[in-house]
Amino acid sequence: MLSKSQAKTFFLGGTIVTFAVFLALSWTSLSNEVPKRTHEENLTPQVVRGKQIWEANNCMGCHTIMGEGAYYAPELTKVYERRGEGYIKAALMSKTPWSPRGRKMVAYGFSEQQANDVVAFLKWIGETDLNGFPPKPDLKK
Amino acid sequence: MKYRSQKVAYWFFALSMLLLSLQLVYGFIMGFAHMGYDGLHSVVAFNTARAVHTNLLVVWLLSGFMGAAYYIIPEEAENELASVKLAYAQLISLAVVGVIAIVGYHFNYWEGRKFLEIPRPLDYLVVVNVLTFLGIILVTLFKGKKRTTTALVLTMGLVFAALLYLPGMIWFDNQAIDSFFRWWVVHLWVEGVWELIMGGILSFLLIKITGVDREVIEKWLYVIVGLTFISGILGTGHHYYYIGVGKIWIIVGGIFSALEPLAFLGMALFAIAMYRKGEKKHPNKIALSWTLGTAIVSFVGAGLLGLAHTIPQVNMYTHGTLVTAMHGHLAFWGAYAMIVLAIISYAMPNLTGRKLYDTTTGLYAFWLSNIGMLGMTVAFGVAGVAQVYLERKVGLEFGDVQKEIQVHFLILVSCATMFTTGICMYIYEFVKHGRPSDEALVTQ
Ligand code: HEM
Ligand code: HEM
Ligand SMILES: [Fe+2]
Repeated sequence: MLSKSQAKTFFLGGTIVTFAVFLALSWTSLSNEVPKRTHEENLTPQVVRGKQIWEANNCMGCHTIMGEGAYYAPELTKVYERRGEGYIKAALMSKTPWSPRGRKMVAYGFSEQQANDVVAFLKWIGETDLNGFPPKPDLKK
Repeated sequence: MKYRSQKVAYWFFALSMLLLSLQLVYGFIMGFAHMGYDGLHSVVAFNTARAVHTNLLVVWLLSGFMGAAYYIIPEEAENELASVKLAYAQLISLAVVGVIAIVGYHFNYWEGRKFLEIPRPLDYLVVVNVLTFLGIILVTLFKGKKRTTTALVLTMGLVFAALLYLPGMIWFDNQAIDSFFRWWVVHLWVEGVWELIMGGILSFLLIKITGVDREVIEKWLYVIVGLTFISGILGTGHHYYYIGVGKIWIIVGGIFSALEPLAFLGMALFAIAMYRKGEKKHPNKIALSWTLGTAIVSFVGAGLLGLAHTIPQVNMYTHGTLVTAMHGHLAFWGAYAMIVLAIISYAMPNLTGRKLYDTTTGLYAFWLSNIGMLGMTVAFGVAGVAQVYLERKVGLEFGDVQKEIQVHFLILVSCATMFTTGICMYIYEFVKHGRPSDEALVTQ
């Protein structure tokens, strides 16, 4: 039967090998894949400002983006394509809670400039290559 | 208890209980909001409630782990804690950082990254706090008479957990990279190093409760934590399928994450086998229930319900829906909440000298909370599957789908009420034990 020291070797060996493979894969993903798939050349200062606003207000606390976040409000990865700039800006600049279907959004009352930054961020997100996510509803007529 | 300094653990457990009860309050706020009753929107918006709910969860679990370490390490190392004063200072600073963070979330002071909402300046305080904690534990361990495998695995888990907090503190302009490293914290915690902490505590409890030979228990502990890392590290890839970091993860993440349930299966079989094998039956029935319970429920919540959506073709549809919340609840409950409640149930009679081993309230607490949580899991699951179908297959609008599934949140809140009743009974028992006392010291 397995001895305690063999069990220990299994633990240490397995950990070291898989961790090394993990680091190597992470390295290739970050250096080769991400720049292409996220179109890093389009990552303008405006997009970055949009991301800062996104984080400072914890938008992820209600919405998901790239499928990550909360489940209270719509997935926003493709929102630019789905709703267009005007609609998004109206929601962001509204001084009363935006609630097209009953559920309320926080009334941020952003300035035009801030709203433009967030729109730029969402447009950039919408153009990343996410291996087909979100899926197209295949029963939709 | 065998060492005077173990008493510190009590206060970490007490902090844990306090934060747990607050966590549930914010859970109800969200449950009602999902049902359409968002009367608190202008005071506690959903994103505030959520950040508070999940951060309180993490902090009460960490406080529980720290208490567990302060209880277990002296006994395993056969040495008093290096510094009791520092341990109390660390407790207070943990509570203070927690309170500032939670209050801040009500005033838009946060960093909107799921689970890592604590703002950067507070992160540094967390680092200082955790370093102090680790310092005390490491000095106690290395100056002690013994270095057991159980103590080493537990300590290793705590040290790695601290190290893995760091990648979450770096700012990235690119959302994909931001998310990539966020998972180094979130995934490698719950599906990696926290399992070492769980394994260490579980092994300690099994040694004490079943009386099976330490060598046998610790051998299997190595096998389990080996399985954890072999599957869990590359299993991180199951969060990389659809965030713009490449295709390779669909294969690597798919295969290795599908192996992750093995570690939890191992944990369950291990606990049951040792229980059967054990000759001396410890009189603390409540602690035994929680110990076996955590091993089994973690396999269901993390193992089986994780497996249910880790296959890339399934995850494409369920990714970021209420299906994830279903799994998140039972996994956190089974693996980490229950192990903390197990060590508390075991430690309290020893710390205070009041042997409430087999009370009705204690058993009701166990069953009501577990059945309530299972019911909540089913409610989230049904709501989630309906959401996936209507939104991602049929293509209805998000808001329209949410109206369709509102009724499931009535069930959720009902089951949550049952769950909360169980937790209240648990806390009642906790309070009834009274304070730790030197009279409870046993000399051998
Ligand atoms: C105790 C261990 C575990 C805990 C506490 C846990 C908890 C969680 C939580 C809270 C999330 C949501 C994360 C987020 O979206 O930010 C999540 C996601 C996920 N978990 Fe686990 N989990 C555990 C183990 C597992 C295991 C063993 C598997 C696989 C077999 C698994 C598969 C998944 C998958 C595929 C997701 C992504 C869901 C999505 O795409 O939205 N989990 N887990
Ligand atoms: C009174 C009981 C509880 C209620 C009513 C409740 C309700 C909720 C709700 C409504 C959400 C938000 C889902 C969303 O984003 O829309 C949530 C999130 C979460 N809760 Fe609870 N909860 C309760 C107790 C617990 C307990 C005991 C735990 C852990 C053991 C827990 C762990 C979590 C986690 C990890 C998340 C994040 C899930 C994810 O992002 O996938 N909750 N809870
Ligand atoms: Fe994971």
